[in-house]
Amino acid sequence: MGSLIEAAALDELLRLLKPKYRIYAPVRLPGKGRFSDTDLIGYAEINRSRDIVFNERSYFSPKEILFPVNQTLFYFTESQWREPETDDREILVFLRSCDLEAVKRLDQALLHNGPYPDSYYQEARAKVKFVLMECQEEFEGCFCASMGTNESRDYAFSIRPENGAYLCDVREDLEELFGRLGKPREHEPAFVREHKNPVRLPDNPEAFSEHPFWREYSERCIACGRCNVVCPTCSCFSLQDIFYDDNPKVGERRRVWAGCQIDGFADLAGGHSYRRDKGERMRYKVLHKIYHFKEHFGVNLCVGCGRCDYACPEYISFSRCVNKLAELEDSTKAEANRKLGDTSAAVEVKKDVK
Amino acid sequence: MSLNTKKLAKNAWRVTKDRHLTCLRIRVPGGHLPAKFFPILQEIADRFGDGSVHLTTRQGFEIPGIALAATAEVNTLIAPLIRELEVDQGVQVPAPEEGYPAAGTRNVVACIGNRVCPQAVFDTTSLAYDIEKTIYPNNPHVKIAVTGCPNDCVKVHLHDIGIIGQVEPIYDPSRCIGCQACVKNCRQVSTGALRFHNFKVQRDAERCLGCGECVLKCPTGAWSRGGQYFRVVIMGRTGKKNPRLAAPFLEWADRETVLRICRNLYDYIDRHIDRTLAKEHVGYIVDRTGYPTFRDEVLRDVVLSPRAKVAGFFRPSGYLYDKSALAGQESHI
Ligand code: HEM
Ligand code: HEM
Ligand code: SF4
Ligand code: SF4
Ligand code: SF4
Ligand code: SF4
Ligand code: SF4
Repeated sequence: MGSLIEAAALDELLRLLKPKYRIYAPVRLPGKGRFSDTDLIGYAEINRSRDIVFNERSYFSPKEILFPVNQTLFYFTESQWREPETDDREILVFLRSCDLEAVKRLDQALLHNGPYPDSYYQEARAKVKFVLMECQEEFEGCFCASMGTNESRDYAFSIRPENGAYLCDVREDLEELFGRLGKPREHEPAFVREHKNPVRLPDNPEAFSEHPFWREYSERCIACGRCNVVCPTCSCFSLQDIFYDDNPKVGERRRVWAGCQIDGFADLAGGHSYRRDKGERMRYKVLHKIYHFKEHFGVNLCVGCGRCDYACPEYISFSRCVNKLAELEDSTKAEANRKLGDTSAAVEVKKDVK
Repeated sequence: MSLNTKKLAKNAWRVTKDRHLTCLRIRVPGGHLPAKFFPILQEIADRFGDGSVHLTTRQGFEIPGIALAATAEVNTLIAPLIRELEVDQGVQVPAPEEGYPAAGTRNVVACIGNRVCPQAVFDTTSLAYDIEKTIYPNNPHVKIAVTGCPNDCVKVHLHDIGIIGQVEPIYDPSRCIGCQACVKNCRQVSTGALRFHNFKVQRDAERCLGCGECVLKCPTGAWSRGGQYFRVVIMGRTGKKNPRLAAPFLEWADRETVLRICRNLYDYIDRHIDRTLAKEHVGYIVDRTGYPTFRDEVLRDVVLSPRAKVAGFFRPSGYLYDKSALAGQESHI
């Protein structure tokens, strides 16, 4: 059902949903940018439609709503433990197509990976509904269409600002509110179909695991981990047992985000560390995003949101890296063909993998 | 030839070694000059000067080789620059077409600040304008500089009043992933004010300089920027008697306080300057009155922010040009 809803009516709708829902959207956090006198676009609870930032990509992704940066798993004291209390309200998240597809990747990693689902994530996930923020055009460095994540339909309603009002495609009539507050209006959400810098995936990037290609990143990457923490699909975490200072018999176990570019990620008891080299970390991350995850779950992990490019202080472009791998594969195949003396063009260099 | 050199100097023209020539001094508050003024500088240098322009350490220009007779005409040429960089910023210049109204109080210099530099914790140029407006035009010889962070690229430590940006870092433990990038970096490049304990970061507020490095390094935004404050260092100088680096006066002072002490400084000078001398530089006045008098008079009517701290003593590092301290070459052998 298509609907046109005025800003005041949308505010009313949000107000009516508030007792039952925690409502999150990308907002402008003034002065909270990394550099002085700059703002941060991040996720927070909203009260009004005008809190929502439509014209910029959020720096951090909505992942933290379902999978918090820090999450207490349980509190313990001597022989007892208990899990923290949770908020009973449901959750409504305003997000874009790539981020909605990213939630499905988190589902794979946290619910369908091994015999037990992650119960903490599962509980939050069961409560959440999505509002699709339409992308009428791409942001700098997006490549969702290359990853097949540009068109996600698993939303309760979609939203697009239009002359001070909002155009929505309502799939799940939240308590019949749209019928009451909006006007019927045919609407089909737009999706981004083309990119300024599309990305082409290599067929078998693992063939280049030992290739000097990765050495460039050993020099350039500073292991800051921004690419991991801004990524909507990184789901790695570490466990921390905290014994409270004033009474070490009491404490809590937390899980916190971890990232494979950051020092310490591959450290083992006894001091050994895999992948000390930053180029190896880059390889590990890139292959996870565009190859290994797919081997396990049938879809690629990366959803092409472009955040890692934008966040990298060393201007390392993930998408450029993937394209370079594809080019490397092309030239390696062409070289092999030439060596075979096969000039009849019988062996075609595969270009499109999607 | 008859010439009132006092009036000439006050109008920002120099007495030079050539009896017939003078040199124009142009001030650029905050060191940021709209490029459209370059043609004016070029025209003055080509038509009236020797075709060259000297870049000064105080972020101004000197245009040498101008005939003393031409000062009035050149003054009218720089009026647009004075109007935009001074009058439009709120500086009281009675007659811009007659050139600068004073030169004793020097151009307020500033590093490039957060208009460009990622490390800067505030907009240095805008504070320089506010200070210029507070202290200029004025005759006492005072040098003030503004820098965006404790790197002090503009060398505020060589100024009478040096202003260094500070930001209060705010920590949100719920966003911290314990990567320790902030802890390691603070130890390496700043004060080592951070400690990692029980998987979280603790900041020693006494040690913290407010450089904002932790905010720059944190991947998750666990550190963010709180209020903007200023560290004020005083009475740094070069010169023939006793060159020295400025020493701390205030820390975590707010913008109001900074502007207020710049203004109060002039009352202090007026009260204590030795009028038997041709001019007396403020640093030597402080040497004479002692720091407590300076402190109390400059802080008069100032409402300090709750976070602000005032130095209990003043002990700048420097040296005297004491010839006997330098041994001859012979004793070296
Ligand atoms: C009741 C017995 C044991 C329990 C409950 C236990 C539990 C654990 C846990 C919770 C971890 C950490 C997993 C993580 O960080 O994700 C771990 C890691 C490990 N455990 Fe055990 N463990 C037990 C016995 C053993 C024994 C007998 C050995 C060796 C002979 C062993 C060798 C290791 C090793 C090598 C690691 C990996 C260390 C690393 O990642 O740095 N564990 N164990
Ligand atoms: C050359 C020999 C070995 C290598 C290279 C090796 C390597 C590893 C690696 C890479 C991990 C994962 C650590 C992590 O994800 O943090 C691991 C975990 C582990 N290894 Fe080994 N391992 C070796 C031998 C053994 C042996 C002999 C045992 C037991 C007798 C063992 C028991 C474990 C256990 C229990 C874990 C922890 C699993 C967990 O973290 O959930 N490993 N090992
Ligand atoms: S790898 Fe980069 S582009 Fe891909 S989903 Fe993560 S942040 Fe977005
Ligand atoms: S890219 Fe690295 S941090 Fe992200 S999910 Fe994969 S292994 Fe984990
Ligand atoms: S953001 Fe860039 S520099 Fe930082 S870890 Fe990722 S690739 Fe390396
Ligand atoms: S502001 Fe500077 S000195 Fe203070 S904790 Fe952060 S890095 Fe350290
Ligand atoms: S840099 Fe940020 S995430 Fe890392 S330890 Fe410091 S506060 Fe925590």
